Amino acid sequence: MSATGDLDVRVPIGALFTVLGVLLTAYGALEPISVKSAFTRGGQINMWWGLVMLVFGVFMLLIARPSKASKAT
Amino acid sequence: MVPGLSPIGLRSIDYAIIAIYFAFVLGIGWQLRRAMRTSTDFFLSGRSLPAWITGLAFLSANLGAQEVIGMGASGAKYGISTSHFYWIGAVPAMLFVGIFMMPFYYGSKARSVPEYLRLRFDEKTRAFNAVSFAIMTVFSSGVSMYAMGALMHLLLGWSFNVSVLVSAVIVLTYILLGGLTSAIYNEVLQFFLIVFGFAPLVIVGLNEVGGWSGLQVKLTQLAVSQGHPAGAYTHAWKGMDAPAHNLIGVEWFGLVMGLGFVLSFGYWCTDFLVVQRAMAADSMESARRTPLIAAVPKMVFPFLVILPGMIALVIGGKGIIPAKVAEGGGPLLDAAGHVVLDYDLATPSMLMHLFPNGMLGLGLAALLASFMSGMAGNITAFNTVWTYDLYQTYIRKDANDEHYLWIGRVATVVGIALAIAAAYVAASFNNIMELLQLVFAFVNAPLFATFFLGMFWRRTTGHGAFWGLLSGTVAAAVHHGLTLPAGAVPGVKGGYFGVLETFRSEMGQTFWTAIFAWTTCFVVTIIISMLTRPRPDEELVGLVYSLTPKPVSTARAVWEKPAFLGIVTLLLLLVLNLLFR
Repeated sequence: MSATGDLDVRVPIGALFTVLGVLLTAYGALEPISVKSAFTRGGQINMWWGLVMLVFGVFMLLIARPSKASKAT
Repeated sequence: MVPGLSPIGLRSIDYAIIAIYFAFVLGIGWQLRRAMRTSTDFFLSGRSLPAWITGLAFLSANLGAQEVIGMGASGAKYGISTSHFYWIGAVPAMLFVGIFMMPFYYGSKARSVPEYLRLRFDEKTRAFNAVSFAIMTVFSSGVSMYAMGALMHLLLGWSFNVSVLVSAVIVLTYILLGGLTSAIYNEVLQFFLIVFGFAPLVIVGLNEVGGWSGLQVKLTQLAVSQGHPAGAYTHAWKGMDAPAHNLIGVEWFGLVMGLGFVLSFGYWCTDFLVVQRAMAADSMESARRTPLIAAVPKMVFPFLVILPGMIALVIGGKGIIPAKVAEGGGPLLDAAGHVVLDYDLATPSMLMHLFPNGMLGLGLAALLASFMSGMAGNITAFNTVWTYDLYQTYIRKDANDEHYLWIGRVATVVGIALAIAAAYVAASFNNIMELLQLVFAFVNAPLFATFFLGMFWRRTTGHGAFWGLLSGTVAAAVHHGLTLPAGAVPGVKGGYFGVLETFRSEMGQTFWTAIFAWTTCFVVTIIISMLTRPRPDEELVGLVYSLTPKPVSTARAVWEKPAFLGIVTLLLLLVLNLLFR
């Protein structure tokens, strides 16, 4: 076993961004900026940026090398 | 809390995002817990990581919270000229270390930068470097911990103690579990989080001020109203002919030689904190590509970390950077009666004003990420230098590997405990920290002369290197002691031996101190080397340029070759400088 324990760093990165992306998108869609900051003019930034993060997260998961037995090692 | 700085409070969504980030950071350490079998795994990731990972970690380890906050502050103070700290102040040195120096660091099989000095020179040169480096890493992570705790208290009303302890414990846990691999993996994760946390800040901010052209118009008006040249904030090179013509207060020669050559090469080419990332690479090829890969995002990072500060200066007409608080409670005024802004709050104010809940949590997670990556960088470099260069050399030479792995874990705990102690020292005695950082600056300034001569002039001797370093450090102290930035009183800012010259700015003084230190070290090293006995050539194979077979790039694709990557990066750098001249 190498010093990376067969863990591809793209897996946790992809997973984190997917989770955060889903969370932000859902929050942005369900709560249309009721408390909006002084400068952000109306735009659904939570939702749009959440989607961007989601796409990035899924992309990272897709290009990650298939793990042999990630949890078992 | 600063009134008016936090128009919206945190909500559960923000806390949830921060908590999820923490969970992932710890999860990476947990996943790697069984992979740390030997000291090489723990300190050097078993030299097994691909270049893109070590490259992003190389960048991220340097991207501490002080960097992110400090670059925003400098953006508000100096405008786009702050990019010099990235463009000429980092990228050329990163290319140099990758193309020319990595063959010796990686090829010599040294496990740390001080160990390279031992192989190339002698024991005393290594000891000097190892001791000063070990102390420096602990104190700088202490200082950044203090800055972070103070900021979180100011912005969010979080307890200083809790912020410091929680972040320290998280960093401690993931390094203990997964060693350098865990630190590096988290640095890569943190890199992406910082990008995704700050990019929307810039997008929303630019949108608000009417894009880059709108920002230019507003900053030009501001510059004129303050009595500066019109392009002071928006041009990087225009006023560089004389210190009085630009906001940094330095002329092009001091900038290019002091920052671009001495300080930048001294840091990026010799600091074990960054070099360690490249040493963890899986091959010579990857080790050389590490800083080259890092150089590309480094070049565009100014837009991510400097622009928020510039936007904060003018957004909404009057900007959103709060004034420094005077002793009486009102805004602090300078001698001319102008309000003194608290520039360190430029980037945090942008987060607090521009992001709604949700994005705010992401932005704060990014800020915490930058803090953690910087701290982990310091601690992993500290535990390695302590274990290999100090413990194994002076305390216990011939223990088995398991013992050193154990000592590395102990050093991690002790290093973090010392850093926490340093944070509290910083909180109570501000001057002590300023003084220490000054001493480190003196020790660091001449370093590159030693490495440069050692790697490229085979005649350089150990005595030459040691005395060169020492006299360079002394020269730095003497130069600093004889000069003073305008408006300062003799003391920690300089002038303690009398004032021979006054610089327009502290930056100008720093750059010239570095130039003096480097030149002294360079000259003294050569003189002493000529007077002492050189080592036989056969001992220096693999350590000196002329005696080492040139690394032949095995990369098949041309875009993977170090030299090609270097040239393309330099061209891009040139284009950026022309665009923002």
